[in-house]
Amino acid sequence: MKKAGIIMIIGSLLLLGLFKFPLWNIMLGAPQYPDPLGMNIYIQGIKGVEEFDLQNIDGLNHYIGMKTIPKAEEMWEFSVFPKVILGMAILGVAIGLLGFFEKLNYKYFLGWFLLMSILGILGMYDFNNWLVDYGGNLDPHAIIKVTNPDGTPMSYKPPLIGYKKLLNFDVDSWPHIGGYLMFIGMALTLIAFWIGRKASLRTP
Amino acid sequence: MKKILKSTLAIVAVFAVFTSCNNADKSSNSGALSSNNAEKVYIAPGEHDSHYAFISGGYSGNLTVYGLPSGRMFKEIPVFSQFPTNGYGYSEETKPMLETSYGFVPWDDSHHPDISQTKGKLDGRWVFINGNNTPRIARISLTTFETEEIIEVPNSAGNHSSSFITENTEYVVAGTRFSVPVPQKDISIKDYKGNFKGALSFISVDPEHGHMDIKFQVLMPGFNYDLSHPGRGKSHGWFFFTTYNTEEANSLLEVNASQNDKDFIAAINWKKIEEYVNNGGGTMMPTEYAHNVYDDDTHTATSTMKKEVRVVNPTEVPGAVYLIPTPKSPHGCDVDPSGEYIVGNGKLSANLTVHSFTKMLDAIKNEKFAGEAYDIPILNFEDVLAGSVEQPGLGPLHTEFDGKGNAYTTFFISSEVVKWKLGTWEVIDRKPTYYSVGHLTIPGGNSAEPFGKYMFAMNKITKDRYLPTGPEMEHSAQLYDISGDKMELLLDFPTHGEPHYAAAIPAEIVKNNSRKIFKLSENEHPKKALSDADTKIVRDGKNVHVYMTMIRSHFSPDNIEGVKVGDKVFFHITNLEQDFDVPHGFAMIGARNAELLIAPGQTRTLTWEPQKVGVWPFYCTDFCSALHQEMQGYVRVSPANSDIELSWSLGE
Repeated sequence: MKKAGIIMIIGSLLLLGLFKFPLWNIMLGAPQYPDPLGMNIYIQGIKGVEEFDLQNIDGLNHYIGMKTIPKAEEMWEFSVFPKVILGMAILGVAIGLLGFFEKLNYKYFLGWFLLMSILGILGMYDFNNWLVDYGGNLDPHAIIKVTNPDGTPMSYKPPLIGYKKLLNFDVDSWPHIGGYLMFIGMALTLIAFWIGRKASLRTP
Repeated sequence: MKKILKSTLAIVAVFAVFTSCNNADKSSNSGALSSNNAEKVYIAPGEHDSHYAFISGGYSGNLTVYGLPSGRMFKEIPVFSQFPTNGYGYSEETKPMLETSYGFVPWDDSHHPDISQTKGKLDGRWVFINGNNTPRIARISLTTFETEEIIEVPNSAGNHSSSFITENTEYVVAGTRFSVPVPQKDISIKDYKGNFKGALSFISVDPEHGHMDIKFQVLMPGFNYDLSHPGRGKSHGWFFFTTYNTEEANSLLEVNASQNDKDFIAAINWKKIEEYVNNGGGTMMPTEYAHNVYDDDTHTATSTMKKEVRVVNPTEVPGAVYLIPTPKSPHGCDVDPSGEYIVGNGKLSANLTVHSFTKMLDAIKNEKFAGEAYDIPILNFEDVLAGSVEQPGLGPLHTEFDGKGNAYTTFFISSEVVKWKLGTWEVIDRKPTYYSVGHLTIPGGNSAEPFGKYMFAMNKITKDRYLPTGPEMEHSAQLYDISGDKMELLLDFPTHGEPHYAAAIPAEIVKNNSRKIFKLSENEHPKKALSDADTKIVRDGKNVHVYMTMIRSHFSPDNIEGVKVGDKVFFHITNLEQDFDVPHGFAMIGARNAELLIAPGQTRTLTWEPQKVGVWPFYCTDFCSALHQEMQGYVRVSPANSDIELSWSLGE
């Protein structure tokens, strides 16, 4: 159980990587942008990959009537997410410590994992909603209006994950270092659960 | 993309391992592969050349940027000439660059570019180039690829033995081709002999910002100072100038200046003179010369008229100046990478003369002089001679070096480049040029460490090399592979204007420093506008100042009323883009100067004097975006006595 506790602590601490590294990254390449424009999504806000990328993305998007990329203070998520992540890290470390000193059952590890998974899914759901609004809620006076074959206005929603072609742009949306650290951390807490369970089965 | 590149490299590496034995066999016994010259100059679409070449424009007054080995021209950098393409010399910000003591001189004859050096090696910070006609030296930044500074050279006329730099860019040196009265005065031309002087100017270069300042001028006898080069390595601290017309003729020079069997190379110990000057030596002489400096933050040039210059008479500093006899009106004066050999390219001589720096020092030490000219000691030709290349060709002009012990000399009359060996003086190879070659360039050829892979020859006569374009044609250059024993002609490419010298450098030393944009946050132009809120129009008597912005795809404001006939309208326009390669243009109907091309983050001013009542359009000249054609606006011009107030708007 000591080993499981340590892994649980390490796994939870990996969440803190999100304060330093981006959770997600969206890159926009086009024929005239051989060096793609890009945005890094942190839990505290959105930043350009290069100094002027956000300004240049906004500049291009004004032709199709997209809103500008929100500043940190314009979305409640960027004040809530850091608190949730910090809270979950502290909670995970606490559970790990209690597990280490055998004050707690290994099942709490799984509980933490499930709670984190639910919060994660909620977060992704919320992120996707924003993408839908960002890509679809267009200025009716947009300079360029592109419609789907059925006549409905085309959406410029970037993919939640993966690749998509949007007009002349190749859009890639993938987790970034902070995101990968979080996934590894969550996997570690699951491993902690597993090891804890094995240990408890061996000691009758 | 990186992944693809990596995996390709990995495959290539594996391939190389498996085939390396075969390759060795092939290269040793197959001439067919090595003769595939098309491959050697082919740069696949999207790939980059390995070298930059900065080729002087001669009577265009400018500097062109080429890629090697492809011979493609990338840019023309305006230096001494007005350039309507981007408004250089027309916009209020750049007009001061072309100020001189003669007033505004919007053209020149640019000759010899040289790249800045540190410890004898090219450092790729700046290119210097001389204006030959109205004596000036310009400094061009290799981060912005724009002219940053121009200094006029007083007491000089025909600024030809310029602009060569010392091995740590301590000085850029400018010598006069024509000797003139110093100071200028109203005397008979027939009084030339003994009264005219040749000024050799040592212009210090600030190591951090590159700013130029004339430290001193050596007032030499009234010869013609044709070309020059710095000593390096062991001869660092010396500078060598070829002379012709040591006869001091003032008319029909083609005959009268070709009488002496030998002219001179003047050897100047500038370190010694520098020390003399630092201790207060020399005389401050009243004169006038312009010093024009462009600032990247204000995006504006300022011109200052300087009022005096320090002059040094060579006899004031014993042991600082010597004359080395050199046959027959030498043209190029070239110093090898070690600094030992000084090549005097005697253009009417059958042989090529090479002097030895070590022998020169010995002769000076032993005070073995052949005589004096105007109290300047003349050394014995034989005492200083290192050797001669016997009958290498006709009309030698210039020599460059490959860093492997070989020298390459151009021969104007026999129209060829001859490769010969330093020390043994034997001719190794010769290749024709098309036609009548002037200068040649090896990347780093004027430094302690040349990059001896390519050499190109710049020719004076084109004739049938390209499709005919009437009586006037661009000149032609030829690129040679000099990596082997024999030179190999690879490519023929046209050049712009009349290239005299060129300076070339491996691309990796320069390319990563090239700027993409100017940051708006660093823009300190006094009339900038950084947002719609900053835009305004201010009347000051008949002067109307328009503070305008431009961004894809509109001007702000784009409707202007209240301008009157007789007004002078200053459009101060800031490009708000912060994206690479998104300049905007500005063109006003009837503007009698030029259009403007404004880089991202830059502010430029165009002056327009409306002549006629009416509503007059302006527009963006650089196809900037899908809605470039919509990037336009109107100015309403009312009669001079109209009482319509100034107003402006966007999108109303």
